[in-house]
Amino acid sequence: MTPRLALCDITKRYASTLANDSVSLAVMPGEILALLGENGAGKSTLMTVVFGITRPDSGTIAVDGVTVDIDSPRRARSLGIAMVFQQFALFDSLSVLQNIALGLPAAPLAAIESRVLELAARYGLEIVPQRRVHDLSIGERQRIEVLRALMSSPRVLILDEPTSVLTPQATERLFETLRELSADGVSVIFISHKLHEVRRLATRCVVMRAGKVVGEVDPRSESDASLARMMLGAEPLPIAAHESPAGGVALAVDGLSFVGSDQWNLDRVSFEVRAGEIVGIAGISGNGQQALMAALAGELLVEADAVRLFGQAVGRLNTAQRRALGLRYVPEQRLGHAVVAGMTLSDNALLTDLSLQSSHVLNVDKASERAAQIVQRFGVRAATSAKIETLSGGNLQKFIAGREMLAVPRVLLLDQPTWGVDAGSTSAIRNELIALRAAGCAIVVVSEELDELYQLADRVVVMAGGRLSPSRAPQQIDTAELGRWMAGFWPADDPRRASAEHAA
Amino acid sequence: MDELASLIAITMNAGTPLLLAALGVVINERSGVVNLGTEGMMLVAAVVGFATTLFTGQYWLGFAAGAAAGTVMALLFALLAIGLLTNQFATGLALALFGAGLSAFIGLALQGDTLPVRGVDGVPLLRDVPFVGPALFAQHWLVYFSLALAAGVAWFLFRTRAGLILRAVGESPESAHALGHPVRRIRCAAVAFGGACAGLAGAYMSTVYTPLWSEGMVAGRGWIALALVTFATWRPGRLLLGAYLFGGVTMLQFSLQGQGVDVPAQWLAMTPYLATIVVLALISRNPRWIRLNMPASLGKPFSPNT
Amino acid sequence: MTSWHLAPRASPSRAWIWLSPVTALVLTLIAGAILFSVMGTSPLQGLSVFIVAPLTSFRGWSELALKATPLILCGVGLAVCFRANVWNIGAEGQLIAGAIVGGGIALSADADSPRAWFVWVLLASMAGGALWASITAWLRDRFNANEILVSLMLVYVAQQLISWVVQGPWRDPNGYGFPQSELFVAAARVPVIVDGLRLNAGSIVALLAAVTVWWMLARTVIGFQLKVVGLAPMAARYAGFSSRRSLWIALLVSGGLAGLAGGLEVAGPIGQLTSTVSPGYGFAAIIVAFVGRLHPVGVVLASLVMALFYIGGELAQSRLGLPSALTGVYQGLLLFFLLACDTFVRYRVQFHQAATV
Repeated sequence: MTPRLALCDITKRYASTLANDSVSLAVMPGEILALLGENGAGKSTLMTVVFGITRPDSGTIAVDGVTVDIDSPRRARSLGIAMVFQQFALFDSLSVLQNIALGLPAAPLAAIESRVLELAARYGLEIVPQRRVHDLSIGERQRIEVLRALMSSPRVLILDEPTSVLTPQATERLFETLRELSADGVSVIFISHKLHEVRRLATRCVVMRAGKVVGEVDPRSESDASLARMMLGAEPLPIAAHESPAGGVALAVDGLSFVGSDQWNLDRVSFEVRAGEIVGIAGISGNGQQALMAALAGELLVEADAVRLFGQAVGRLNTAQRRALGLRYVPEQRLGHAVVAGMTLSDNALLTDLSLQSSHVLNVDKASERAAQIVQRFGVRAATSAKIETLSGGNLQKFIAGREMLAVPRVLLLDQPTWGVDAGSTSAIRNELIALRAAGCAIVVVSEELDELYQLADRVVVMAGGRLSPSRAPQQIDTAELGRWMAGFWPADDPRRASAEHAA
Repeated sequence: MDELASLIAITMNAGTPLLLAALGVVINERSGVVNLGTEGMMLVAAVVGFATTLFTGQYWLGFAAGAAAGTVMALLFALLAIGLLTNQFATGLALALFGAGLSAFIGLALQGDTLPVRGVDGVPLLRDVPFVGPALFAQHWLVYFSLALAAGVAWFLFRTRAGLILRAVGESPESAHALGHPVRRIRCAAVAFGGACAGLAGAYMSTVYTPLWSEGMVAGRGWIALALVTFATWRPGRLLLGAYLFGGVTMLQFSLQGQGVDVPAQWLAMTPYLATIVVLALISRNPRWIRLNMPASLGKPFSPNT
Repeated sequence: MTSWHLAPRASPSRAWIWLSPVTALVLTLIAGAILFSVMGTSPLQGLSVFIVAPLTSFRGWSELALKATPLILCGVGLAVCFRANVWNIGAEGQLIAGAIVGGGIALSADADSPRAWFVWVLLASMAGGALWASITAWLRDRFNANEILVSLMLVYVAQQLISWVVQGPWRDPNGYGFPQSELFVAAARVPVIVDGLRLNAGSIVALLAAVTVWWMLARTVIGFQLKVVGLAPMAARYAGFSSRRSLWIALLVSGGLAGLAGGLEVAGPIGQLTSTVSPGYGFAAIIVAFVGRLHPVGVVLASLVMALFYIGGELAQSRLGLPSALTGVYQGLLLFFLLACDTFVRYRVQFHQAATV
């Protein structure tokens, strides 16, 4: 049988990395193929080549046995290839129907609407055509993307990390839709780094690592460990065991509320972090985590009492002032927030340095020294005089985390610390966090990776719709229940909190 | 009453170049591109339009030449800002400066020349209606064209698929590109349209509004047009209001002078610019409101290959 | 079929950072040569008058320094502003405002005033320029008004203001009705450095200003904060830097320097207040700032080049009968070419073969 889609020796090099190295793979009609690999393995790049957004440096693509040149998404679509991205191509100020219409050739809106409703019913994707996109939740937005892809009756449907923004329940609904499609003869390529999902959904799995294909297996007959070994190339470094008890309250948040736009809403958030413990905040991004971090770090000023650092009310203090009290922050966005693109490592080492608050003249030598310290201690592979934007994701995050950790913080906040970071750097950062905890630092980690939280945290809380759940130790709560909490349903075991009734 | 009618008439006359230029800016900016060079394009179009009308005796040729000159300059901007991904603000400024220099250069030979002052034709029959006639219907045909253009731009933006695509490009060129729309081509077309409108406005200024050429005669109207578009939140309807309002303010100084108000001419001449500043301050006060209404990608470069 | 597209570089090309202004200059000269021949003059003769002739005498160099002075002052001020991402387009207005205030102080001197009076004139002109710029700063700070449009509108206002001043309250009673003030007394004039030439202390002041701005940007905490605010406002907030403070400092510094330039012009070569104290120095300085890569050393070099264009234009007019408005055209072309060449700092051209369909 001819493969529906066949890639042969696709190579793509970006300025500093070889994203795809002679990659070949094939998908059969009606097959669900999982493309598995950790962050930075080259899966997304490969799919952008298939979809015509990126031009490969060499290699060929064949659809139903015929070699084709896919030079634009339009061409890809005409060949029956549709893609649902991690980043949605949606226009907030327009309606669902207009958004879908923009993805199709010119046609009367009424005809489009009836076809949309027909497909929505067939595959169980609830949708209201007239609503404006900026009113919709992430799950609903993804449904628009899926519908849009289905409108062209594709023969190959590619989904890039679709479940990273979904609750476990929504994920299951998506999987049902994909199974229906596969039964109708559509080939599905499913990109993921989540082993258990791949095992549940796919009949065949191609594993990529550092730009190359390293294996092709039936995931149902593999274990988590064997898949992980293929993905990472080796056993992941073990996390050191932890025993030390927690100390006094370092960070206390009480009744923190903030009304902002869309995702910047906080509703009576209260929790405590003690010295020598790690509190993990789980939840799908967009539920208030950014606002919370900003309020804790000092980028967002709130009521003075809402945030207390070692008993002192700091809600009205800015980032520099809180830094002077021992609070440090590693934000989610690296370039442009944690560091300044266009400046060197030395300059960026100075960015959060306390000496800037007291002196008027810049100490250039101290800056280089500081940068050299960070580079050496945290294994950052770069020269201190290099521009910061030349660093790879892992090295950049090691530099940023290193800069903050070397300042010996008493409270450390981290937002998605290992997102997009290679396995080696991830282990390094996690081990440093463990060491900091042992030294008595109070740490807060916001993460979408449940695995990470289960590994690191002493206690886990969930953020949903701007509210914070009660805390649990990781052993006390399994992923299914955590999934329900992420949708906003948690028990009211604390008389101060009301019970949740919030739809995802 | 006569005075009021004539005041309305000269306000429409004065507001027309602002309206024309600003309509071009609306389409331009709705695609997400800021072209600060409007003033430069208007200046070059003014001198080219004037020279063409002077040598051919045909006004419509002058308008066409002005529009063409504006379009050429706009395409130069597009080559740099869209094709070579240069900083839009700097490139627009370069266009403004270059346009000022180029227009002064071309116009040297034309200093002192004037076109004959023509009576305007207005709309037959309607112009004879008492009060309303002289107030609204005794204008040059380009004035009515500008009104029709305003209606046309509004219809295009909100009632056609092409307008929807344009708005989508302005909101998120990356998403539009992912959906297969030729973002750069659309932006080029929008920029060219902006140039053509600026060109018409410039030619109007030098052949109808004051039928002569002098260096710097556009006197900041290109910049005011840019401010007007923000004031009108990128909607043609509000733009009409703003353009005529500013036309009125510009004319106020002459009316006051004529009435023997004892304020030095220079202070009166400042009024349109001070008014622009006041309007800018008032509408910018709420940054969230501006962000909600403005094309989200305004000013940011777009490359299809990143 | 081969086609090409622009691919972003991993980090800015060091070679092109230098090559770009030089290439732009060469391209401008080529365009200039073409323009000359279109105008009926031999390109070689045109270029030699435009570029070479001003440099062949002491007087020529003195005039060059004289023209470069206001460009350097405005240019380094704008470099500070643009680095902080504050788009001050109204340096021309700040220059005029400085000239008005400085001129006022100059006019209040008389035959018995001390020789150092000119220092007060210059200080006052700095204050005038800074004050004018503070209007823009306040409107941006308080009302979030776009500083490009506000500062530009203020240029037109300043032009009307000086026109009123020299035709109204400060008009020279013995001036036959011309729009100009009385000539300043010697005590209010900037001292000349070399007898027989017009070169005055202003050029030294300009160089000092350039050095000071360099030191501020490279070696002070304020300069560092300014740069961070300009490059990454979110990072500035993260670091605890105040973007409001940077806004005010940037505008006050550039306004003050532009005002100083205005004062130096009227208390220097012009010697009085007139209705046109500047042939667009404030706008030319925008080009200077970009061509000079927003770096004080680059600004000084670019100012010399732009000054050359000014003088070359004047010489071309007197010797070859060409319009001096050519200067404006060349300056605009230089900026265009620079912007185009700058593309190669951040991107490189990538060719690829289209595969068989």
